[in-house]
Amino acid sequence: MRYTLILGFVLFIIGLWGMLTRKNLFKIVIGFSIIDTGIHLIIVTIGYLKGKTAPILDKMVTPGNAVQKVVDPIPSALVLTAIVIGLAVTALMLSYIVRLYKHKRSLSIEDYRELKW
Amino acid sequence: MIKRILIIAILILIVVIFLPFVKNIVLKDSLNSLSSDYIETTSKDLKAANIVTGVVVTFRGLDTLGEVTVLFIATAGVGFLLRRKHEKSGKVKKRPASEILSTGASFLFPLVIFFGVYIFLHGHLTPGGGFQGGVIIASAFLLLLLSNIHFQFNHNILHWVESLSGAIYVLLGLLGLILLGSFLDPRFLPLGTLGKLLSAGAIPLIYSFIGLKVGSELSNILDSLRGAEE
Repeated sequence: MRYTLILGFVLFIIGLWGMLTRKNLFKIVIGFSIIDTGIHLIIVTIGYLKGKTAPILDKMVTPGNAVQKVVDPIPSALVLTAIVIGLAVTALMLSYIVRLYKHKRSLSIEDYRELKW
Repeated sequence: MIKRILIIAILILIVVIFLPFVKNIVLKDSLNSLSSDYIETTSKDLKAANIVTGVVVTFRGLDTLGEVTVLFIATAGVGFLLRRKHEKSGKVKKRPASEILSTGASFLFPLVIFFGVYIFLHGHLTPGGGFQGGVIIASAFLLLLLSNIHFQFNHNILHWVESLSGAIYVLLGLLGLILLGSFLDPRFLPLGTLGKLLSAGAIPLIYSFIGLKVGSELSNILDSLRGAEE
């Protein structure tokens, strides 16, 4: 469990590093997606309970013993929401890039003075 | 140079801030009261085998409504940013797809659509649900777009499916509010037996409409993104 958490943070930091150092707009969006994935991993990991199984009822996990046998379902539900919203934001960012490219014919963030830091 | 130092400083700062969190995290071995209450209510009152679905559709149904709205606004934004320019069309010559891709796509397209429908119909039984099924349906349309350069979406059908499924989803929510007193309460339909396709009240119905809406919305985004290159 701790390794998943560390992996999530490593992905977060790699994504942030990519967003800050890359010049290509598409690479910045890829950095954002990596940050997103890292955060999802962290949220899912927080809901994990040692030695328990997925919150889906079957032969082994019956309504009677479900509370003793499954991991926390709320972080999973929140990640579901987060994935969809991340997808929507990514689609919007990509279309902004297409629009910017049409405007200036360049994908480098250096050419967009108002976006430079 | 200063920029590089600043970036490294920011990254080190983030590592320092979050290191204690990673180091000192305590492994829980029991659920908190809210989660165990959700699990008990989902399995006993809702008869949904997938507890995450119960949480997403029923207990956090308003979140899901917001999610659908965010996706809708993103689609509208993409469509607005990437408006088609008719006068330019036909300038870019597209290479037709290879034999393998076009044959494979025409063979796989119905199967992928079926798989998406399966996923959103069984959202209350297996890991899956409306959003996942919708994304799979949109991926089937992406396959079609890649393999057939002349393929055109029927925008009328796409918009009707999108609007109707969204409206019916909200109506189902309101039906729960009117009949049982809480928004998106799926228990106004017979609950059935746990683990069967016809169980969990209106959850399969709600998830099907979410799946249709997400599928048509994402197909719309794909269509706008393709139109942008022309």
